[in-house]
Amino acid sequence: MYVAAKGGEEAIAAAHTWLAEARRGDRSLPAMSTAQIAEQLALAVARVMSEGSLYDIDLAALAVQQARGDLIEAIFLIRAYRTTLPRLGSSRPIDTGAMICERRVSATFKDIPGGQVLGPTFDYTHRLVDFALAAGDEAAAAKIAETAPQTRSRVSDHLGREGLLRDEPRSDATPPDLTRTPLELPAERPLRLQALARADEGFLLGLAYSTQRGYGRTHAFVGELRIGTVQVAVEIPELGFAIDFAEIVVTECETVNQFTGSRTEPAQFTRGYGLVMGRCERKSISMSLVDRALQWQELGEDNVGAPAQDAEFVLMHSDNIQATGFLEHIKLPHYVDFQAELQLIRRLRREATEAQMEAAE
Amino acid sequence: MSDYNFAYLDEPTKKMIRRAILKGLAVPGYQVPFASREMPMPYGWGTGGVQVTAACLTPEDTLKVIDQGSDDTTNAVSIRSFFAKVAGVATTTRTAEASVIQTRHRIPETPLRSDQVLVYQVPIPEPLRFLEPRETETRRMHALEEYGLMHVKLYEDIARHGAIATSYAYPALVNGRHVFDPSPIPRFDNPRLESPAIQLFGAGREQRIYALPPFTSVQSLDFDDHPFEASKADGACALCGATHTYLDEIVADDQGTRRFQCSDTDYCMERRA
Amino acid sequence: MNALAAGFANPPQESARAFRAAMQAMACPGTIQNITGPEVPGLSPAAALLLLTLTDGTTPVLLTGDAAQSQDWLTFHTGAPKAGSAAEAAFAVGRWDDLGPLNPYPVGTPDYPDRSATLIVEMAEISGDGPRLTGPGIETEVQMSLPDADALRLNAALYPLGVDLFLTCGSRLAALPRSTRIAEDG
Repeated sequence: MYVAAKGGEEAIAAAHTWLAEARRGDRSLPAMSTAQIAEQLALAVARVMSEGSLYDIDLAALAVQQARGDLIEAIFLIRAYRTTLPRLGSSRPIDTGAMICERRVSATFKDIPGGQVLGPTFDYTHRLVDFALAAGDEAAAAKIAETAPQTRSRVSDHLGREGLLRDEPRSDATPPDLTRTPLELPAERPLRLQALARADEGFLLGLAYSTQRGYGRTHAFVGELRIGTVQVAVEIPELGFAIDFAEIVVTECETVNQFTGSRTEPAQFTRGYGLVMGRCERKSISMSLVDRALQWQELGEDNVGAPAQDAEFVLMHSDNIQATGFLEHIKLPHYVDFQAELQLIRRLRREATEAQMEAAE
Repeated sequence: MSDYNFAYLDEPTKKMIRRAILKGLAVPGYQVPFASREMPMPYGWGTGGVQVTAACLTPEDTLKVIDQGSDDTTNAVSIRSFFAKVAGVATTTRTAEASVIQTRHRIPETPLRSDQVLVYQVPIPEPLRFLEPRETETRRMHALEEYGLMHVKLYEDIARHGAIATSYAYPALVNGRHVFDPSPIPRFDNPRLESPAIQLFGAGREQRIYALPPFTSVQSLDFDDHPFEASKADGACALCGATHTYLDEIVADDQGTRRFQCSDTDYCMERRA
Repeated sequence: MNALAAGFANPPQESARAFRAAMQAMACPGTIQNITGPEVPGLSPAAALLLLTLTDGTTPVLLTGDAAQSQDWLTFHTGAPKAGSAAEAAFAVGRWDDLGPLNPYPVGTPDYPDRSATLIVEMAEISGDGPRLTGPGIETEVQMSLPDADALRLNAALYPLGVDLFLTCGSRLAALPRSTRIAEDG
C-alpha cells in the first residue's frame, strides 16, 4: 500500500516529542502520579469532569497531567474519549434532597433545619500566600469533627410551603440530549440546563456577573448551595427495581430571585438552578444566575436585551471546546483566502487611484 | 489496525451521518443538522469533514487530504495519518489516484471524475451568518427563500467599492433554490463547483452537513451589470509556468520580492514530471 | 430464528460499502447500482441492505405488504421501532401499492425539509424504460422506470419538501430524490 508521507509528518512528530519532554519537565524532580493530582488538585479535576461531562476522577486526573495543567485541553481529552463510549443505559434522576452534604449554606435564612455547614471552603480564609506550604511544612493532620453523615431538607421546600416560591412544573419526559441530537433553537429549559452544566466556567461567571451589574438584573440570593454525595441508580428491567451503582459528588445551587410579577405570574420568588458534577461551587452559582436570566420568556418578563437573556447567544458560545477549537483554527494556514483578499484589496486600491486621477484631469 | 472501530466513529454515529448525507443530496445546498460528535481533533480543524469522510470511507478507498491545495500542510498531514491509522485505507497525494478527497479551502485543479467524492471542511456553513447572526432567523430566511439581504450586501459592495468585496466563501445559488456557502474556497474555484464528482460539506462545530450531487446547478450570485468574476493573481507559477491555476504568493526575500506558485502542489508536480 | 441469522457478518466494512452504493444512487438518479444483500423473507436483498445500513432505534420503519414478514428480523438487527402509521415513518418499505398514497408520509417542514420520509419501493423491475428525468445528479437527462410518474411529479413539485425514494429490485438499487424533475411525456 502506498502511503503519502512528506516533511510535514516529521515536523509534527518532532513537535510531539518535544511536547512530551516539556510536559515531564525537569527529570531531577519526581514525576507526579495521577493519584496525587486527584487528591491534591481535586478542584481542577472536578472542573475537568464537569465540563468534560464524564464522571471519572482517575481519568480526569490523567487528563490534567497529560495536558500539563491546561484545563481546557484536559476537558477536550475527556470529551473526545467520552464520545467513543457506548451507552448502556440511562440512570434514574439523582435525588439531591437525599445528598450527604459536606457543605450546605443558605444566604436567605439565618438558621435552617440541619444548620449551616461550611465544609471545606475557601470562604473566610485570608488570601495570604502560605509560605510554609512551599517549605514543605504541612500542617499536622487536623482533627475533623466526626459527624454522622446526614441528609438535610432543602431550603426551597420551606419557602415553597408558604407558596412564595414559584413551583416548577414537574415532568417525567426524557430530557433532550445535545450530545446526541443537534441543538435546536429555541431551546426549552432542560436543554438549556444541560448546555449550561457543560459550559465554560469563565464564560458563565462573566455572564452571571453581568446580570448582577444590571445587564438583565434578576436580584439573586443563594437560597441554598450544597455539595455532597448522591447515589446514582439504574433501573434493571429484569429485576423490576432500581439499584444504586455509583456514588458521585455534585454541587447544587438554587437561587431565589425577587420577582414582582408579570402579566402571567403573581409576585413571588423565582428560582435559578445550577447543578454541576464534582465540587464546582463558582460554576454552579454562575449557572443558576444565567439559568434565571434565560427564563425571562417563561415568566413573562421584559427582554431588556441583556446578553444573559439571549438563549441563542449563550448556548451557541458557552462550550469551551467548540470555542477554543474555532478560535485557535486561525493559526492554520489560510494563505489561499489571504491571497484572494490580497488580490481584492490591490484591485480596489488601483481602481480608487485611477478614479482619483481621472477626477483630477 | 487499532482499538477503535473502522474509520473511528461507532456504527450508530455513522448511520446518523449517512442519513444526513442522503437528505443533503436530496436537497442540494440545504444544510442538514446532524449531531456532530466530539472528535479527537479540535473543532474548527476539520471535524465536520473528518466525520463525513469517516462515514463514507470503505476499506477499498484511496484517500487524499489537502489543505490550501497542498498535501503537505500540517493539518492535512495530521488528518491523512489519522485515517491511515483508524481506517487502514491507502493514501495518496495524487488527485487522479484518489477515490475520496478531503479538502480545506481548495478544489483540486485536476478535473474530478464521477467515481470520486470530494469532502469539504466547513467553518461557517451559513452564507447569511455575517448578515444575520441568529440561527432562528437565517433558518426562516432559507425556508421563505428570502435572500434579499444577501443581494443588498453584495450591491452595497458595488456601490461602495465598484466591485463585490467577497473574495472567498463566495455565495452561490444551488439548484435554483438554496443560497449556500461553498466553504472558504477562493472565488476562482466557484465555477468548478459544477462537477461530475459527489461533493459533500461537513461543518462539525456548527453541526451541519450539505451536499452537491454531480452536475448540480451552482450559480455564483451576481448582477447583470456586475457579472461574477473568478479572479486569481495575475502571474505565472515560478515552478511550472502555469498561468491558468490558482497561485499562492510567496515573499521570496527580505527586499519583498514576490513570486507565485501553484497552490495545488500535486497538479504543479504532475506538470513538471 | 433463520430470519434472525441474516445480518452483517462484518458491520463496519459491509455497511460502508452498502452506504456508498446508496449514496451513489441518491446522488445520481437514474443510475442502477448492483449490490449484495442478505436473503431476508419479505424483502429484496437490496431493501434489506438499505435497512441494515440506515435504520436504528431513532428511525421508525413502516413495513408494508410482504415486507411486514421481516419485522422481527429488522427489530433484532437494527432496533428500529415499528412506525404506527405512514405519518410516523422515517423509512417505509414495500411495493408501491402496499405503501399507499404518498400524502400521509412526512415531507419535512419549511424550516427542516430533511425531516421527511425515505421510501424503499420494491419494484418488479428497474430499467431505463420510463419518463425523462433531469435535475441534480443528472448531466443532461436520463430515463428510468418509475412506479407512478404522476404521484412522483406532485412530490417533486413540493420541492424543497417531499419524500425521497430508493427503488429496489433483487440486488439492484436506484433512487429518486425529490429534486429530480420528471418530464410530462412518456
